[in-house]
Amino acid sequence: MPTPASSAPPRCPDRQAHRPSRPARLLRREDRPEPVLGPVVVLGDSAGADQVARLLLSWGADVRRRFEELPRVGSVIAVLDEVSAPDQLGPILLPLSGAMRSLAPGARVVTISRPATGEDPSRDAARGAVEGFVRSLAHEMRGGATANGILAADGVALDAPAVIGALRFFLSSRSAFVTGQFLEVASEAGTLTEDQQQPLAGRTALVTGAARGIGAAIARTLAADGAQLVVLDVPAAGTELARLANELRAVPLQLDVTSGGAGRRLVQFLREKSLTLDVVVLNAGITRDKMFANMTPDRWDPVIAVNITSQLSLMEALLEAGDALGDQPRVVSLASTSGIAGNRGQTNYAASKAGVMAFVDALSLRLADAGGTANAVAPGFIETEMTARMPALNREIARRVNSLQQGGLPADVAEAISFLSSAEAGGIQGQTLRVCGQNIVGR
Amino acid sequence: MTESRPATAAAAHEADSSRAVLRDALVLGGNRIPFARAGGPYAGISNQDLLTAVLEGLVARFGLQGERLGEIAGGAVLKLAADLNLTRESALGTPLDARTPAIDMGRACATGLESVVHVSNRIQLGQIDSAIACGVDSASDSPIEVTPRLRRTLHRAFAAKTPLQRIKALGAIRPGDLAPVPPRNSEPRTGLSMGEHMALTAAEWGITRQAQDELALASHQKLAAAYEAGFLDDLVTGYRGLGRDQNLRADSSMEKLASLKPVFGVKSPQVAEPTMTAGNSTPLSDGASAVLLGSAEWAAEHDLTPLARVVDARISAVDFVHGEEGLLMAPAYAVPELLDANGMTLQDVDLYEIHEAFASTVLATLAAWESEEFCRHKLGRDSALGSIDRDRLNVTGSSLAAGHPFAATGGRIVATLAKLLHQRALETGRPQRGLISVCAAAGQGSVALLESVTS
Repeated sequence: MPTPASSAPPRCPDRQAHRPSRPARLLRREDRPEPVLGPVVVLGDSAGADQVARLLLSWGADVRRRFEELPRVGSVIAVLDEVSAPDQLGPILLPLSGAMRSLAPGARVVTISRPATGEDPSRDAARGAVEGFVRSLAHEMRGGATANGILAADGVALDAPAVIGALRFFLSSRSAFVTGQFLEVASEAGTLTEDQQQPLAGRTALVTGAARGIGAAIARTLAADGAQLVVLDVPAAGTELARLANELRAVPLQLDVTSGGAGRRLVQFLREKSLTLDVVVLNAGITRDKMFANMTPDRWDPVIAVNITSQLSLMEALLEAGDALGDQPRVVSLASTSGIAGNRGQTNYAASKAGVMAFVDALSLRLADAGGTANAVAPGFIETEMTARMPALNREIARRVNSLQQGGLPADVAEAISFLSSAEAGGIQGQTLRVCGQNIVGR
Repeated sequence: MTESRPATAAAAHEADSSRAVLRDALVLGGNRIPFARAGGPYAGISNQDLLTAVLEGLVARFGLQGERLGEIAGGAVLKLAADLNLTRESALGTPLDARTPAIDMGRACATGLESVVHVSNRIQLGQIDSAIACGVDSASDSPIEVTPRLRRTLHRAFAAKTPLQRIKALGAIRPGDLAPVPPRNSEPRTGLSMGEHMALTAAEWGITRQAQDELALASHQKLAAAYEAGFLDDLVTGYRGLGRDQNLRADSSMEKLASLKPVFGVKSPQVAEPTMTAGNSTPLSDGASAVLLGSAEWAAEHDLTPLARVVDARISAVDFVHGEEGLLMAPAYAVPELLDANGMTLQDVDLYEIHEAFASTVLATLAAWESEEFCRHKLGRDSALGSIDRDRLNVTGSSLAAGHPFAATGGRIVATLAKLLHQRALETGRPQRGLISVCAAAGQGSVALLESVTS
């Protein structure tokens, strides 16, 4: 590693020193509304790199192809779509090394590469290496900066809607709490969103478990992005739900998603209101933590019933109805980092959330014919009423064990869901996107 | 009439002819929060908060954000003096247009039904196009006042011109003046509580414990079934963690009800065998309800489906003070008057909603209508009104199961009945008529007739 240069901006501390104790303030949509933090440097010399540079120019960004003497760098896009051997990575990536200290607070590094296919060992090695690079770089980022990657399948052009959408998401402040992650674009499905201020305009979205916490944040974000909302929660949370509905001019639906006939009642309600759903956010979830040695059916069963079985039955009913879902439907389910890495005391919860991830993968195949997608978002530690009740020390530890050294906000989860709900995201299918600040657990 | 004058003769003619025939006041839907037992989850929550919550739920259900309605009428029976504009203040806390006027109303337990009648009259007359009728009560947060002597002494002290006069005035306070005065639980003119009054009536009509317990059990079972069937999905909005009425006992049984000790008429010499228990009497409750009403045009403009129209209403009062009639028997007089005015017999009614203040209230009322003697001598009729098909009485339960936050009961019944009539009219293809009967303190009764509307 190079020693710090005297010209280093004062706000970028010495990389060799211990991590700063105060986490950086993350810039979110209200703090940084511009789509790209400039100047943006596009690395790589493939045709795809040129394509990406032209795209960013069309957005009005200050685009450069070299760092040269830039005192400050807002965003870096490393286009690695044509690498065929590991030794080709260095020439493209190493220029970024000298610019690391020049990265602005909240800077964005995004790689665009292709997933390993098992066809060519050398090419796969290079493609696989990108993942290790990005995940490590994300650990080294400071000042709320993030590093993420896009994996565009072979044959998917770099101007495919979902590649552009994912790039837009990673470059924007909407991905503030997403770092060290990859989104795979499997196809050129989806349509570009003209109106970036209201990317969900004209679309109707259902959010389950919407009365409080992350669910309410999802509803607010989707509404801010232009969607008409149907907000659903259990009858006991009816008045909170009504207040949210009033705030968002949304349609409230009190329904226990685990009750018999919940799917039928939902479909009936949609027909009565002449609504079809373009977006379904399966957020309703509960925890009933207990060490497995003390696990009882009254703690296991409700968690499975709410967190995964209800999702299966609601989607079954919506699909069977025939008229409940719109064109190119988007389903986004809530997983959890506990479902990826496991968590002491959460065998039931982690089982349900791991189930969700496998479920969306299978569901996406069913929806593909209609141009639909199903994906999951896995939140890490998020500041909610629920986590506010954790013991203070455990809470502080949980906040710190990620690259951004802080808890995320419900809005961060909502932003990822809004992106996966967009028309652009049509090429992203069956994936689980972590919103965890690169929590140290799991991949 | 406060409307502006029509500009042209043709318009004037049109307006006059439209006034000659009253237009329909339509029930478009309702909302209530689950009723809680006094001291339960709503303890410490004010009437205004409860009423605001129920109005917010109504606004959300029908998409009324920013709407300027013709009027909101409602009230509370147990009401703080400071809540003189309870309904208006509650409305101001909702997303409704702040220019929506409101009126506070009161006729004890009939406040809710009277509010519905009031706004439906206004709509029928063309004074307003849309309205909410509502009611709220919190037995947990009922007003506690100071003694009249302390109140007068304090007023004298406030009016004093010099500190010395003030000290002198305050010096008149005696320890006995300082005791708080809780709300009166008894009729001011008889000193008997409502339950004690009802116990006398029940004994007079020979209403058995068995019959009362059966009615109470049916109420619980029918309300529980209605919840299970999803009937209340669009009538109730959960509140403070309560999704269903707290008093509802889906697993109640005759054995459980039979095990309860009588609580009313126990010491009365006129009651040989006390029959009224906590199981067959309504508990003190907290809750609120609201009903949305409008003209046909307003409903169409807002894409709302009318459920029923308010056909007619009557009120009556009985002289319980001199013992001529039971305190809660006034509806027995008002209903025949209402039916006669609309050319109906008691049996022409498709659905009966008789408020279960006590199981014995309902049973005594039915017994009176079955009694030749009562109908001849008290009602001045040729014969008895006769009996009713009990399968059509309180078909989704009533106050014994749901609870009875006084002013909220009328709204609960109107919204429930309107939905039932609409559903049954669609099922049977025939118009359905429903009767509402609500007894009230001070020997009063309010009754109303609804008829299904299907488009």
